[in-house]
Amino acid sequence: MYRYDDFDRQLVLERTEQFREQVERRLSGDITEEQFRPLRLMNGVYLQLHAYMLRVAVPYGTLRADQLRQLGYIARRYDKGYGHFTTRQNIQYNWPKLDEIPDALLDLAKVEMHAIQTSGNCIRNTTTDQYAGAAADEIEDPRPYCELIRQWSTFHPEFTYLPRKFKVAVTGSANDRAAVKVHDIGLRMHHNDAGEVGFEVIVGGGLGRTPFVGKTVRDFIGKNDLFSYLEAILRVYNRFGRRDNKYKARFKILVHEIGIEEVQRLVEEEWNLIKDGSLRVDDAEIAHYIEQFAPPAFETLTDDDAEFERRKAENREFANWVRSNVIAHKQPGYAIANVSLKPIGGIPGDATDTQMELVADLSDQYSFGDVRVTHEQNLVLPHVKKADLFSLWAELKNANLATANLGYVSDIICCPGLDYCALATARSIPLSQRISERFSDLDRQHDIGELKIKISGCINACGHHHVGHIGILGLDKRGKEFYQITLGGDASENAEIGKIAGAGFSEAEVVDAIESLVTKYLGIRETGERFIDTYRRVGMDPFKEVLYGDR
Amino acid sequence: MAIVKNDSVIDQEWITVDIEGDLPAGEENIIVPLARFKEERETLIGRNGGLGVQLNSGDAPEDLADDLDRLSIITVNFPAYTDGRGYSYARVLRERFGFKGELRAIGDVLRDQILYMHRCGFDAYELKNDDDVSLTKVRAALKEMTVYYQPTGDGRATAASLREQRRAAIKTAS
Ligand code: HEM
Ligand code: SF4
Repeated sequence: MYRYDDFDRQLVLERTEQFREQVERRLSGDITEEQFRPLRLMNGVYLQLHAYMLRVAVPYGTLRADQLRQLGYIARRYDKGYGHFTTRQNIQYNWPKLDEIPDALLDLAKVEMHAIQTSGNCIRNTTTDQYAGAAADEIEDPRPYCELIRQWSTFHPEFTYLPRKFKVAVTGSANDRAAVKVHDIGLRMHHNDAGEVGFEVIVGGGLGRTPFVGKTVRDFIGKNDLFSYLEAILRVYNRFGRRDNKYKARFKILVHEIGIEEVQRLVEEEWNLIKDGSLRVDDAEIAHYIEQFAPPAFETLTDDDAEFERRKAENREFANWVRSNVIAHKQPGYAIANVSLKPIGGIPGDATDTQMELVADLSDQYSFGDVRVTHEQNLVLPHVKKADLFSLWAELKNANLATANLGYVSDIICCPGLDYCALATARSIPLSQRISERFSDLDRQHDIGELKIKISGCINACGHHHVGHIGILGLDKRGKEFYQITLGGDASENAEIGKIAGAGFSEAEVVDAIESLVTKYLGIRETGERFIDTYRRVGMDPFKEVLYGDR
Repeated sequence: MAIVKNDSVIDQEWITVDIEGDLPAGEENIIVPLARFKEERETLIGRNGGLGVQLNSGDAPEDLADDLDRLSIITVNFPAYTDGRGYSYARVLRERFGFKGELRAIGDVLRDQILYMHRCGFDAYELKNDDDVSLTKVRAALKEMTVYYQPTGDGRATAASLREQRRAAIKTAS
């Protein structure tokens, strides 16, 4: 894993000091809340409904055990004992006190962490496949490129006051687990005709109030040229993105308004002028980064472990967890273990201080001290010996971290909603809890199969509802919460924006509505079809009918 | 109002003229908006006295490419500090076209942006504070960070280049 060197450390410490000074200026009344706002936003500090919120960056969703342990400590020391993992692979603390935030940041800096560029109109934390470096299906580990992007984008002097925030996601696998098509820039690793590895560059995707699936601006960019190409895109956006209207300022709107061909022309023109400049990264330098993410010291094992097979045969609960939460690893004898942060009836993505510390310990014990955060708000231990899975599972189970529901109906993505968020129009957490409880029977969930429900508490779509197989958007109608259902969304390589099914449902009706959709699917699915497959085959109408009858 | 350049406060030696109206009759140094420069290029070039151009957000710095050696100063106006277009203009002028004259940030120029401006090629800053406060702010801002990841035209060594030097030194030593 990448370790900060003295340059990286120095930069974070200087930033921490700088922010401490800014907070002091605010607390002493030297600057107003208005003047302080952009400064705190650049350091991940939001003002929410009840308190300040601190958003901490987890670059490309990769954590070391000591970092996760420290996140647990921070939850206990500065918050009410828990934190919330987000769809951007970050963690948010909901209750820090402003005068203590500089100390929290200093404690983060001790483990090479920070809150830099987790908000504001800059290039945000780059996200990627949570199984990077472990997945059997990946072409190459995307993290070396993510780290180079992290450095290139951190305090970029030209791109810190963009028209609006800017998000980059990278996948090293054809199976996109990073939702790259709904980001401002999505990079998809693939081979060109000459057999070289590079990236397809997809731009202008996004969710929010105007969702778009991104479009390809360049089919292939080589690794050495990636950074100058990103700079060219950002310069085009910085110069030509709209600034007259906050709601039309995202890159997706520029791509939509002037068209992908024109964006391509501008980007290529700019890139041709800078491509041979100092942003060209040579193979030797890339090699240094690849080395930093070298695979851990795997043992040479056969892929099947007799003990593991015996445990599965004997223990149905364990077998179910393996079936849903364990994923194929590229190294024989190893597996990827997903730690569900979606216990039945729990708050999606929340973890307590002791849970974080436990997962940190378990990662030291079983996974080379490597932990990942997923955009679906779960954690991952990426490199576990199959022979160890049973003991790992038993320990997770003791801490309520072994719910066998990955990808199932209760593995809900959910934003903080009206319980915390100042922008919310409805609550989202209680709804996700009620849905999870309605489908609490794990056998039933396994039978239903993969079904992605995603809930946002307002049009900003932090909960990705547009790309949920079933999406739920909480709105406000004359002071009453109601929920709009979208169907057919997809965040994968087959990305699609869901379609609104019809009129919204009251808080009392919405869980029944979801259940009726699921029942309908079970009634009409063909063998092997997931909910989304059935929806694609039969379309909206049969589902609309169960929701609305002849209403 | 104060202008800080090269670690000191300098005098305002330029008159900024409007998009239309009479030009000063004498040999004053004037700065004209880009739109006017394009309209009245011949007259302006033929005039005695220094010439500068002001870029506003939305302008194309490319329009000045052929005339840069005639200009002693270019001012880039930040209508609000949140409007970051001027950073791109500065880099295009310095790094692409090799502009060597004064590049002055004007408008909503605040302490917390000055380091970024400097990194993009600005060498002068017009602040709304008095002389002493302005100088203190610019000095503090330029000292705030010492590690830089991005190569720009500002000549600062990037972390990548320092790492490379270090690796080379280790190689030679061993
Ligand atoms: C609680 C404080 C939060 C505030 C004030 C907030 C604010 C916003 C706003 C205003 C947008 C719309 C931006 C646009 O479309 O231009 C947005 C989008 C988004 N936010 Fe949040 N958000 C918050 C929490 C979160 C959380 C907890 C997550 C992760 C679970 C998150 C992830 C996202 C994502 C993924 C998008 C949409 C994707 C896109 O950029 O198009 N946000 N947020
Ligand atoms: S979707 Fe809306 S309610 Fe949910 S976190 Fe984002 S801004 Fe807040």
